[in-house]
Amino acid sequence: MREKIALNVNGQHHLVEVDPETPLLFVLNDDLGLRGPRFGCGMAQCGACTVIMRGQVVRSCVMPVSAVGQDEVTTLEGLGTPEQPHPIQQAFIDEGAAQCGFCLSGIILTAKAVLDLKSDASDQEIRHALGGVLCRCFTHIRMLRAIRKYAEEKRT
Amino acid sequence: MNLPRRDFLKSCGALIVSFSSGPLSLLSAQSPGPFGTHPSHIDPGKLDSWLAVGDDGVITAYTGKCDFGQGIFTVQSQLVAEELCVRIARVKLIQCDTSICPDQGTTSGSQSTPTNFNSENLALAAATAREALLSLAAKKLGEPVENLTVSDGVITSTKGRRVRYEGLLGNKHFDLPLNVKAKRRSVAGWTVLGKPIPSLDRTALMTGQFEFVHNVRVPGMLHGRVVRPPELGATVAHVDEQSVRNIRGLVKVVVRKDFVGVVAETQHQATLAARQLVVKWNPGPELPAQKDFFDHLQKQPADDALSVDSQDVDARLADASSVIQARYSYPYQMHGSVGASCAVADVKPESVTVWSATQSAYPTRSIIAKLLNMPLDKVRVIYMRGSGCYGLNGADAVSFDAAMLSQAVGKPVRMQFSRQDEMMWENLGSACTVQLRAGLAADGHIVAWDREDWVAQMGNRPGYDQPGNVITGTLLGYEPELPKPGSAKPPAGKFRNQSNTVPSYFAGCIAGNCGGDGTIRSERALTHTVRSPFFTGPLRSPLRIQNTFANECFMDELCVRANADPVAFRLLHLQNPRVIGVLKAAAQAASWQARSSAKPGVSRAGAVSGRGIACVAYEGNNGYAALVAEVDVDLETGTVRPRRFVVALDCGPISNPDGLRNQIEGGILQGMSRALVEEVTWDDRRVTSVDWETYNSLYLDYDMPTVETVFVTPANVPATGAGETAITITPAAIGNAIFDATGARLREVPFTPPRVKAALVESARKGESI
Repeated sequence: MREKIALNVNGQHHLVEVDPETPLLFVLNDDLGLRGPRFGCGMAQCGACTVIMRGQVVRSCVMPVSAVGQDEVTTLEGLGTPEQPHPIQQAFIDEGAAQCGFCLSGIILTAKAVLDLKSDASDQEIRHALGGVLCRCFTHIRMLRAIRKYAEEKRT
Repeated sequence: MNLPRRDFLKSCGALIVSFSSGPLSLLSAQSPGPFGTHPSHIDPGKLDSWLAVGDDGVITAYTGKCDFGQGIFTVQSQLVAEELCVRIARVKLIQCDTSICPDQGTTSGSQSTPTNFNSENLALAAATAREALLSLAAKKLGEPVENLTVSDGVITSTKGRRVRYEGLLGNKHFDLPLNVKAKRRSVAGWTVLGKPIPSLDRTALMTGQFEFVHNVRVPGMLHGRVVRPPELGATVAHVDEQSVRNIRGLVKVVVRKDFVGVVAETQHQATLAARQLVVKWNPGPELPAQKDFFDHLQKQPADDALSVDSQDVDARLADASSVIQARYSYPYQMHGSVGASCAVADVKPESVTVWSATQSAYPTRSIIAKLLNMPLDKVRVIYMRGSGCYGLNGADAVSFDAAMLSQAVGKPVRMQFSRQDEMMWENLGSACTVQLRAGLAADGHIVAWDREDWVAQMGNRPGYDQPGNVITGTLLGYEPELPKPGSAKPPAGKFRNQSNTVPSYFAGCIAGNCGGDGTIRSERALTHTVRSPFFTGPLRSPLRIQNTFANECFMDELCVRANADPVAFRLLHLQNPRVIGVLKAAAQAASWQARSSAKPGVSRAGAVSGRGIACVAYEGNNGYAALVAEVDVDLETGTVRPRRFVVALDCGPISNPDGLRNQIEGGILQGMSRALVEEVTWDDRRVTSVDWETYNSLYLDYDMPTVETVFVTPANVPATGAGETAITITPAAIGNAIFDATGARLREVPFTPPRVKAALVESARKGESI
């Protein structure tokens, strides 16, 4: 059942030996020790497990690891480091846009992906993209403010 | 057993990363516990239980109040830095590790601030420590304390001589009791506390480095999943272990009474095994129908309690110039944590370590000791943040599950709930229905007010000895806490309003002593607690939000009947200056126009808008807030869109205004989600709202209103809680705004479009307004 699978995650190559049907999320958490993507629902309903592949957000809780192929997987920790956060992470830091923080992969990566595709996306377009992302602490206002701040910086 | 504190200090960091439980056996001395808690090996009367000065100048503080996203880690660090006059970077706070932190019970009920930020516990410890260090310095420098100043842990005398904290005490015990006379630094002189210091977890959270309990990995760790019954009350008839024989990596199927779980080498294998395992269950009892549930509640045998009873309400109501009555109902709602709960347990024959997101580290330790039949002093619970909980989510149950599974396989087990495990079995926020009657005099004053509520309860926090209060314990054969039917005794003792049963407008008189916030002296508040068919437990503003929804909307109905302005009419019946203060402040900040509701001349078609207000003294005396809601209502669809919230909050001295704003914004928007869309559903057998398609929550695409926050801070008052105050009045403020916009009264949460449309039809029929 176990197979050797090559993965490119956050610019690093890994070889893991797992059941190919294993959800990508479990491999990221358990085999690669990454903390950014998290198990929220296991049903692609909340966004806590979000990663970026080919510029698109992917719910890693429902994607078998065998389906990843050659594409690079970017997780929240792949954007920037505590010493050098990515500008969108910096905007979230500046705005204090978190409470428990469990949902952040979905929020930050979804917003980044939509603004990478369309840097002048309107507030409504950004919100629309965030339609499947849940924050139960309801930090919505600060999060949207941080995203808007990043969007403005990106344009200038 | 006197373990030197420096050994603690050396071992703290290592303990957490190396998962050693070495020092546990040394920590067995018992001393009486405070906070109504059980005896603990950490004596909270001793300064060394709270604080230590390392030889590197780091102040290590130990607290029993933990951070699950509400910001208490940052503000407790600020508190210690403030009292000890050091930069916040010098403070290392350790929260809720039962081997080294004092037992402060449960982090809940907006109690962390009142408990640790006034004149006891952590605040008192920090003040005691500063005075002790100054007194040591005075001796060492040969100058009186009055001649000394401190800056970032360096004490300087007027003659210019200096000594550092670590030079006075580095790695040694204080060996002092907490000094009840130790003086807190004055609010006016604060340099760290009271400032909008960025929350300390921010950078790690935003960059994906933060370690949640979900991220704990222990060498040799296996993965567990539980297999819950299909319905409450179902019992195991047969477990077919052969049904999972083909699953590679399966370590064990664990069955103990009605508890069923699986352990495997990987998460994937454990998930597959849990799905595939064939269990035959004996069915549980049928559930009462959801559509008549509130009527059902009112017919059940009940445990009755009177908060206040002037014994003249019937007579006064008979004399009133007009009497109105109404019933308000509030559904079961979920904590619905975004992350399904998780815990890691390492049960060895000689010791147990559990990494848990519980709000109750010490109580959880006691329950685990009981379930595993281990001596209490061999069990250690280490708090690690989980997904935001808002009360008793699955964190306690999953910790018990992890411990059970680890004991069964003799290896560390990481236990992860599925979404359904979390949502089908959590301790729900109680459903509640409230019947109100009040009378007005000819001059428009309220002369008498009577209210009865029926609240459904089963289970609760497990505390130190009631495992049956959550699902795991029940499956293992322990009973949940249930209401004991009986009639109410006359109210006695001091007036209390812990659950906000009593409206703010009651005088609250018991035997001539009046502790209420208002002026109405003909008053009765009777609570009937009845058995719930589902587990219940504290959910942010437990019972306070339900009761306040009813009280504050009914107050609005009285305003309408009196043809009065909702602010002026409230002020007429209030006497507590702090409630009055927030009410006036919110009205002023929102540019409130005095007039009666509903808004005159609104149309019967298209979109309309209105405003509503509500206020509360949270738990009677634990924070004060008033909220103005401005909403749009689409009369065609029945959709309610809040546009603006203006809140005034008085919680005494503020530890961190930025953190407080974050809590208030989150509380109001969460309250809005609960008011508009959240409701647990069930069929004749089981809860059917078990994921995010069946339980509604407002997603990130919701067109959010603005939230404006005003702080009211009277001088010389103690610090109160603040995280649950604003949410408490949100459904009421929205409901009152809907009435103002439409003339339709919403008496049941959530205010879904069908309910709004039904209320519109009802109001048109009655000609209630416009």
